[in-house]
Amino acid sequence: MARLTMREAISQALWEEMERDSSVFILGEEVGVWGGTYAVTKGFYDHFGAGRVKDTPISESAIVGAAIGAAMTGLRPVAELMTINFAFSAMDHIVNQAAKLHYMFGGQFVLPLVIRTVSGGGRQLGATHSQTPDVVFAHFPGLKVVAPGTPEDAKGLLKAAIRSNDPIMFIEHATMYQVRGEVPEEDYSIPIGVSKIQRQGKDVTIVSYSKGLELSMKAAEELARDGVEAEVIDLRTLRPLDMGPVIESFKKTNRAVIVEEGWKSFGVGAEVSTRIYEDAFDYVDAPIKRVAQKEVPLPYNRNLEQMALPQVPDILAAVKEVLNG
Amino acid sequence: MNINPEKHLDMYYQMVLIRRMEERAAELYQQGKIGGFLHLYIGQEAVSTGLIGARLPQDRVITAYRDHGVAVNCGLPVNAILAELLGKATGVSKGRGGSMHMADTSRNFWGGHAIVGSHLPLAAGLALGDQYANKDAVTICMFGDGATNIGYFHEALNLSKVWKLPLLWVCENNQYGMGTTVEHASAVSEIRQKAEGYGIPNERVDGMDIIAVYDASSKAIERVRSGEGPYLLEIMTYRFRGHSMGDPERYREQAEIKKWQEQDPIGIYHSYLLGKKIASSDELTGIEKRAEEDVKAAEAFAQTSPEPTPEELFMDIYVD
Repeated sequence: MARLTMREAISQALWEEMERDSSVFILGEEVGVWGGTYAVTKGFYDHFGAGRVKDTPISESAIVGAAIGAAMTGLRPVAELMTINFAFSAMDHIVNQAAKLHYMFGGQFVLPLVIRTVSGGGRQLGATHSQTPDVVFAHFPGLKVVAPGTPEDAKGLLKAAIRSNDPIMFIEHATMYQVRGEVPEEDYSIPIGVSKIQRQGKDVTIVSYSKGLELSMKAAEELARDGVEAEVIDLRTLRPLDMGPVIESFKKTNRAVIVEEGWKSFGVGAEVSTRIYEDAFDYVDAPIKRVAQKEVPLPYNRNLEQMALPQVPDILAAVKEVLNG
Repeated sequence: MNINPEKHLDMYYQMVLIRRMEERAAELYQQGKIGGFLHLYIGQEAVSTGLIGARLPQDRVITAYRDHGVAVNCGLPVNAILAELLGKATGVSKGRGGSMHMADTSRNFWGGHAIVGSHLPLAAGLALGDQYANKDAVTICMFGDGATNIGYFHEALNLSKVWKLPLLWVCENNQYGMGTTVEHASAVSEIRQKAEGYGIPNERVDGMDIIAVYDASSKAIERVRSGEGPYLLEIMTYRFRGHSMGDPERYREQAEIKKWQEQDPIGIYHSYLLGKKIASSDELTGIEKRAEEDVKAAEAFAQTSPEPTPEELFMDIYVD
C-alpha cells in the first residue's frame, strides 16, 4: 500500500491505462501543454505526445461530441470537462447522444467513453463555478455516473470506467485532490455500481458519496466519542445505484441520514430515502433525515458559502434527531 | 469524371427506389401504420445518390433526420428500412429508432441523428478515429441549411480545421429550415461563406443534377483523402414535399414548388442517360418497374415482420 493523494491516484489510473492500451487517449481543455487545470495530467503530454493528449478549443459540445464519435470507431477516449458547470454546455451530447445511441440504434453503436469532470463548491468561485449537480446526470438511463470518495476507489473505479464499454461520467470533487489515502500498489480495478461500507457501526446508517463521504467519516468519529457507532456507506456510483448494503445496514440500525453536497430537492437523499421506505418500511424507527446544500445559488463570500454547504455539525444534528425519533 | 454505364444505371435505380419508397412511406403514414415524424427525401435524391456514389467503402457517412434516402444509398436493404418505419423487430434499429434514427455500421452508415446539428461533433469524432488509427478513410457528414445556425456547426467546423480532420462537410441546402427560409435565418445568403470563416475550402453545387454532384463529390472526397484537411460542399436542392408529414406549407407558394418540380432530379438524369445514349428508354422503364417491385416486396416483408418482444424494451441500455 502507498499513501497517495486523490490527484495522484487518478493520475496513476490514467497513466497506467494509457500505457496498457493504445486506444485510450485524452482530450479536453488544457489537458496537454498546461498539464490539466487540476494538474491531473501533468507530464502526460511529454510522455504520450500531442496525438494522445489532445488539447481542444473551448468547445464543450465538440469535446464530448468528438469523444462520442471516436468511441463509436472503437477508441477509448477520456474526455475532460474542466468543471461540471461547463458540462451544461455539452448537455445535448451527454444526454441526447451518449446516453441514447447504444439503445436507440438497436445496440449497434458501442461507446467506451469516459467523461472526467470536477464537481463541488467551497472554493469561493461564485455560483456558476461551484455547483454539485451530480444527480442531474444520474437521471438518464444509458449513462453511468461514478463519484469516488477515496483515493483507492478513485483509482480502481477510473480504471474500470476506462475499460468499460459504456459511457460514464466520472465526477471528481474540487476540494478533494489533496485528500490522502491508502492505495494498493498492484494493478486493480473496482466494479462500477457497487456500494461499499466505509465504516462499520450498529446505531445509525449514514449514506453518502464523494465529498459527503469525507464529512460523514468525520462525523462518525465524533459520534464514536459519544458512544454512537455509525455505519457509513459510500454509494460510489449514483447510476446504477446499489442499494443492497444500504438496505442491509438499515435493517440493522433502523435509522438513516443521507448526506450529499448538492441541493436537497430531487436529490440523492430523496432517492435513497424513498427506496429505503419502499424496501424496508417495516424497519423504520425514525423519519429518515437528509443533509444537503441550502437552496441558494452558492455565494462568493466565504462565510455565506460555508453556511450554504453541508457541514459536519449538520450531520451530527441530523443523527441526534433520528436517534431520538 | 468517368462513370461507367453500369454505375449510371445503378445510381438511376437508387434514385427511383428512394422516390418509390418514400411515396409508399407517405401512404403508410396516412394509414396510421408509421408513427412519429416522417421526413421525406423526395426531390433531393440526386444529392445523396451522387455524393455517396462517389465514396469508397471505407468512407463513413453520417446525416441528420431526413435519412431514408441516405440509408438506401449506403446500401441498407429497403426491407429493413421499411420495417424500421413500421417499428418492427427486423428494422435496421430493431424498431427502437424509427424514421429519424437509422444506421448500419456494417455499411459504414453512422445514422440518422435527430437533434439538429448535434451529429456534426460526432462526425469530427468519427474522422478523428480514422486519423488516430492512420486509416485512409474520409467521413462524409451531411446536414441541412438550418443546422448551420446552431453552435455545434461552428464548434465542429473549427475543430475539424484545427485538427486537420479527414472530413467532408456537406450542406444540403433545400432552402428551408422547416418553414424558415435561409434568408430569414442565416446572416449570409450562401452557406458556403460560413466555411470561409474557418479557412475551409468550399464550393456550391447544383443538387438537381446528379452528374454535377458526383463530379464535385469525387473531387472533394479525394482532396480530403489526400490529407489536406476538411472541405465543405453546399449542394443546392429542394424538397418537393413538406418538412414532414402534416406540414401545412403556408411558407411557400405552389408556383415555387411547381417551378422546382420541373427540374426533377430523376427527370434530369433520365434525359441525360437517353441523350448520352447510356441507356434506352425501355431499359430505364425496366429499372423503374424493378424499383417499384422491390418496394412492394420490402413492404410485404415489413408488414409480416414481428413486433419487438416485451423483453426487448430493456435490452441494449448498457453493454457491461
